[in-house]
Amino acid sequence: MVKSLDDKIFNGIVYVILGICGLAAILPMLYVISVSITPFGEVLRNGGFILFPREITFTAYRTLLTESNIPKAFQITVLITVIGTAVNLILTGLMAYPLSRKNLPARKFFLLMIVFTLLFSGGIIPTYLVVKSMGLLDSIWAMILPNAVWSFNVLIMKSFFEGLPEELFESARMDGAKEFRILLQIVIPLSIPVLLTVGLFYLVGHWNEFFQAIFYVTDRTLFPLQVIVREILMQSQQPLENAENMMPTQTMQMASVMIASLPIIVIYPFLQKHFTKGMLLGSIKG
Amino acid sequence: MQANRSYITTARIQPARQTKLHSVLRTVWRFRAFYIMLLPGVIYFIIFRYFPMYGVIIAFKDFSIMDGITGSAWANPWYKHFQDFYQSPYFSQLLTNTLLISCYKLIFGTFPPILLALLLNECRIRWLKSIVQTFTYLPHFLSWVIIFGILLTLLSQNGGLVNRLIVDAGGQSIPFLTSTDYFRSILVGSEVWQNLGWGAIIYLAAMASIDPTLYEAAKVDGASRLRMIWHISLPGIQSIIVLLFILKLGHLLDAGFDQIYILYNIQVYPVADILDTWVYRTGLQQLNFSLASAVGLFKSLIGLILVLGANRLAKKWGGGIW
Repeated sequence: MVKSLDDKIFNGIVYVILGICGLAAILPMLYVISVSITPFGEVLRNGGFILFPREITFTAYRTLLTESNIPKAFQITVLITVIGTAVNLILTGLMAYPLSRKNLPARKFFLLMIVFTLLFSGGIIPTYLVVKSMGLLDSIWAMILPNAVWSFNVLIMKSFFEGLPEELFESARMDGAKEFRILLQIVIPLSIPVLLTVGLFYLVGHWNEFFQAIFYVTDRTLFPLQVIVREILMQSQQPLENAENMMPTQTMQMASVMIASLPIIVIYPFLQKHFTKGMLLGSIKG
Repeated sequence: MQANRSYITTARIQPARQTKLHSVLRTVWRFRAFYIMLLPGVIYFIIFRYFPMYGVIIAFKDFSIMDGITGSAWANPWYKHFQDFYQSPYFSQLLTNTLLISCYKLIFGTFPPILLALLLNECRIRWLKSIVQTFTYLPHFLSWVIIFGILLTLLSQNGGLVNRLIVDAGGQSIPFLTSTDYFRSILVGSEVWQNLGWGAIIYLAAMASIDPTLYEAAKVDGASRLRMIWHISLPGIQSIIVLLFILKLGHLLDAGFDQIYILYNIQVYPVADILDTWVYRTGLQQLNFSLASAVGLFKSLIGLILVLGANRLAKKWGGGIW
């Protein structure tokens, strides 16, 4: 196939714009990395424009990891993420499986119960009062339970389960398998893709946890990573008098941003496929 | 005699009732494993989703922590808190901000992902396509705190990259993040940046399902690539563009609480304070529970009407969300 000149020009334009989009998405992150590992004096000398630092220092990271709340907050976030994702997946799976069985009596009622919460909510204040009356304020559980099931994820999982071949269940039932065994030994092994997708959405949600923490937690030792990082970032908002003793410096701030986003960035390339699949599963009408 | 007759009637009805109840119970028993599975989730929904819906009645009460939801006295008149809000100077400011920010996001956020999807669809170099996809999807997974950090290092007045360049060029530094002139643009810009790639996924999938023979036929007829985009790709995703746009209209009152709360500061309240952020501050920081709930309820109700309306409209275009 011979390419015409028009075609070449067209391709050129497409590639240039795509390149710009790609760079626009990734450059800010690279800049953050550079700033976080460059001595602050160097940053100022270069008018702040550094993408490939000539001098590298990890002092900012060392200081954050030894002298700040970051390690504690990191632990809390990991704890919330692990326990939270487990609770999410168990509850979501246990709801989605029965609801995927078309012959379940009152199925419509339960589905409506879930879908309605997508349309209407009591709002921040009444939810706060419920969490308070449950005695959950200032505990890890305040950041896990109020969002233990995302209605949308139930619908995603349910529609995946509906696509599993009915014969499998029938033959298992003929062999006398109970529903819990069918769920554990047939449904779950066949549903790894959707479990992974939904699990990842929950996981990222917990890692980025911010609002439930500021709503329900006042005990500083329970603050997750994002809350602590925001505090570190807010300190720059005040005008600085002497740049020399500015603590935390911009270097330090960007190092904290990196610590909070690194786990997501590291797992992301390997899991991108599953995230994308989830986006498309989600767009299937429940 | 009277008693006797009623005894007879109940005796006649009872067997029928009993069998009905019996059969219901039998079905429930047959499906008991399923109901046991549903139980934890249902309890969750009742406690954390439906109790708050009941709790919303404090919008009509003068709530005090001591008396609790049921014990607090009713507001007099019942619409007192709604009236207070309506008559306060916040009402028009909050509503304006919410709708403006939302509309800007809707307008400026709709087209870039479509454009990116079209370009990705035209991209003939596979590695370039997958790299651009990988890079542009990433921001979707970064929290607003992280994005706030990125914005600070780029735009802050002391030490932000852009301002250092401006100052080096002999200009005056600009307080991007604390200025009412720039703040809404920053909100819209950062949202577009975050969702550029992620928003394109759905259009890409829609384009993948366009019949390839259409393109081949057009090529035989000598159509240029641009014409093919205009006459094949775009019409192919037209319905999904309209559908998504309508569904987003349903969330017009959700201007982005997470983003705005993390990015804003007291200097930009006049242009950035939306219903949700005000509810949070009034309720949980100033402990004015009833007033905040009233405003929250006001927002939820209008939101409900908008979503239902949008969904009805969407159905005409071939599909709602349920």
